[in-house]
Formats: sequence, structure tokens, C-alpha cells
Amino acid sequence: MKIKTLAATLVVSALSISAATADILDTIKERGTLIVGTKADYKPYGFLDTSGAVIGIEPDLAKDVADKLGVDIEFVPVVSSNRMQFLEQGKIDLMIATMTDKPDRREVVLIPDPNYYSSGTNVLAPKSLGLKEWEDLRGKPVCGIQGAFYNKATSQTYGAEIVAFKGTAEAYSALKGGNCAAFVYDDSAIVAKAAEPEWADYEMPLQTIDDAPWGLAVALGEENFAQMMSDMIIEWHKTGRILELETKWGVTNTPFAKAMHDKYK
Amino acid sequence: MEMVYEWFRTLYQETGINLPFLYDEYDRNRMIDGLFTTIKLSLVCLFFSIIIGVIGAWLQGSSFKWTRRFVSVYIQLFRNTPPLVQLYFFYFAIGTLLPRVENDWGGQSPIFGSFAWAAISLSFFAGAFNVEIFRSGIEAVPKSTVEAAEALGFSKLQIYRDITLPLAFRVVLPALNNNLVNLVKTTTLAYAIAVPEMLYEANQIWSDNVNVTEMMVFLLLAYFVLVGILVSGMNRWERAMKIPGYG
Repeated sequence: MKIKTLAATLVVSALSISAATADILDTIKERGTLIVGTKADYKPYGFLDTSGAVIGIEPDLAKDVADKLGVDIEFVPVVSSNRMQFLEQGKIDLMIATMTDKPDRREVVLIPDPNYYSSGTNVLAPKSLGLKEWEDLRGKPVCGIQGAFYNKATSQTYGAEIVAFKGTAEAYSALKGGNCAAFVYDDSAIVAKAAEPEWADYEMPLQTIDDAPWGLAVALGEENFAQMMSDMIIEWHKTGRILELETKWGVTNTPFAKAMHDKYK
Repeated sequence: MEMVYEWFRTLYQETGINLPFLYDEYDRNRMIDGLFTTIKLSLVCLFFSIIIGVIGAWLQGSSFKWTRRFVSVYIQLFRNTPPLVQLYFFYFAIGTLLPRVENDWGGQSPIFGSFAWAAISLSFFAGAFNVEIFRSGIEAVPKSTVEAAEALGFSKLQIYRDITLPLAFRVVLPALNNNLVNLVKTTTLAYAIAVPEMLYEANQIWSDNVNVTEMMVFLLLAYFVLVGILVSGMNRWERAMKIPGYG
């Protein structure tokens, strides 16, 4: 019995030592590269330039983190339905991918406070349809993105039939092709899209709902990294970095970013 | 029934094994819809792919050069391209070129929706393989049998319908089984063009509930059972069609 207990204690302590040494910050520094999961189809928060490089507000934020750590950066494009899994599996060290902060997500990944951004849900629809309120969507096919949390709400509360695609390119194409009456998505992205000349006949007609904060995330248990990210987010708000990036990428300063800047400055 | 559902809710609370498609009514309904869409899509594609196979194999034996060429172009095109690419091609390329119709919500939508395109595309895809499978069966029918039928005054169509095809069918059943099993599994690709079949609905559920592991296990078992039913049906058919002394 005694030997068994002793063996168990040894195993447990060995495990805790290996867990302690495998701090992700050390791994990143050793590797010399920070691997960040960002969106690649979400203009202007994370998208591809003509050479295929990932650029946008979130990649810029990620670069700040890499600079702080003094390492190179590598981007891994993620989509809503796989971003948390990538983090769990260790394919990425850090995820900044327009993710809404939800309690059930906090059980799967570690989201440091405070939130760095915020947005709500709205739809992009042809002007000719003349949508006035969310109820107008009842019974109509509405494009969406697989894995977005508001799909369920849009179909459950407002009775829309969600037609969900893997990426935004397919969804925009399906909307243009007339396969759906509207495209339900984050208002921040829709504002940018509706401003493009190609989408002049489309509008964002509804009241934004579910205004919710975004959270960047690290893998569960990486408390040191999370602490560092918390400090960084506060720094971003304090220095007005978020507002500055919004302006740089052509987004009107959002009330959330302004409020956070006022709070921390 | 409610008690069973509640048991699964308790299972989640107690052990963390989350199966919302059993205890949550909304998720349950969409999973059931997904199952029926998969079955419907499979049946439609099975039916049309066999029809395409039978007709294609017959046309391949035609005495007109251009008919034979047409069939072989069709086979090359659909057999040598990935089914996912075909789905995207039909839905996003062909679908937007076709004329549009007025829909009931006051907009313009394409004639075919995603389900129709999936049915068309997958039927043609599996049909291309079926043509080759049926051809192998037809070529296995002894020439002397066909000659005997000709000597008895059967017409070309009659020979194909009453002599060659029934014999060929018995030869090709194992190969046909393989292809049809593959077809049922290939219906999962339709989720790329948002056909609400099982994989698509499972994806929605795991995105909402963050229970990827449970849904993956469920999906694997669900397809295992679904294809198992098809295979046992086909085996039964194979036995029932067996002619003593032949094959």
C-alpha cells in the first residue's frame, strides 16, 4: 500500500513538473516564433492581401504581441468552426479571431480579461427587399457562417432558415446569387462590406442585436501567457492602439473602443 | 420518452458527456431533419445513378460513333474530377448562370437550390462509375448467349432488357454495392453547399455546444448503421437474385 502511494505521489509530482516546465511562453521563445490563429476572410479584421499575406486589425495586434516577446510571427488562418480546436490541439499559441466571449467558450479556452473589442449581429440584405425588422426574416432563407453562435438565435427567435457556409466568400457569393434573402453576420464586417462599390445595392437595414464583447484566447492552463495578454489588452486600450488601428483600416471608431480608452487612460 | 431525454441531460450534468441532440428539443429536431435529408438525398442519388448507369452502359454499346464518344466524355469528366469540386462547380458556377425565378419572399432565386444541385451532381458522379460497372457486367455475358437470342429473333432493345441486363446485373452486384456504399458516404460533401444533411447539422450543433468529440463519435456510429442497413439490403437482394448454376 505504502509503495503504491509513494509511486502515485511520484507520478503526480513528475506530471506537475513537466506541466510547469512546458510553459507556452518558454516554448514560444525557444521556437523563436509566435503562432497566431486569425481569420483570413474577415475584412478588415483579418484578411489576405494580394500577395496572400494575412493582414488587418487583428494581425497587427498579434504583431504587437510578437514584438513584446521578441520573436517572429506566423499566422494560421482559422474559421469559426475550428478556431478553438486549433488552440486545444496546440496548433496555435494564441487566437485572435473575432471570437465572441461566451461563458461556454470560457470552459474550453482561456480568455484573458478585459475584452479587446466588441460587435453585434446584423444582416446584409438587398435594398430592394426593404427589410425593416428582424421579424421580416421569418421563413426566408438567410445565409450564415457555420459555427457562428447567432445562427441558432436567428432561426429560433426570428424563424429564419439558416443556410450556413464554411467561409464568408461562399456566403457572399450565395447572397449575390439569390440563394438567400440576407446574410447574418457581425455588424463590424457588414459595415465594411456595404461600403464597397460592388455592394452598393445592399444595406444593413436592421437594429444590431446581441452586442457582445470579443475575446482573444490562449490554451487552458496557460496562466502566465494569459496574464501577459491581460496586461497587453489594457495597454492597447490605454494607449488608444485599438482606435488607431480602426482608423488605419478604415473602420469608424466603435463606441466600445472609445469607452475602453476612456476607462483606462 | 421525456424520461429518456432527461436522463441524457443528467448524464451531461454528471459526467460532461454532452449529447444535446437527445435532450434539447431544438437540436433534436434538426438532427432528425438532418438524418432524413441524408436518407432522402441518398435514395434520390442511388435511384438516378443506377438509371444513368443502365442507360449509359446501353448507349456505350451503340453502333453510332458519336453516342459512344459522348458517353465516354461524360465518364471521363465525372470520374476524373473530385465530387466536392463538382458540387461547387454546379452550385456556384452553373447555378448562377441559369435563369432565375421569382420566389415567395419577393426576391429572385436560382431555379435549383442546394439540395437539387447536390442530387444532380452526386447522381452524375456515381452514375459515371455505374456505367463502367454495368459495362463490365455486360461484357461478362457470353457472346454466344446474345447470338442465340439474335437467332431467336429478339430485337436489340429486347436483348439488352431481357437477356444481357438481367445476367449482367448478377455479375455486377458486388461492384455496384461498393459504389453505392461510397455514394451514401459521399452525400456528406453536400454540406459544403449548405444542404442540411447529417454532417451539416452535427457541425451546427457542435459549434453551438462545443461538444466536438461526442458529435464525431455519434456521426461515425450513425453512418456505420446507415450504410450497414444499405449493405444488408443489397446482400439480401443479391441472394434473392441468385440463379443456381450461374456465376
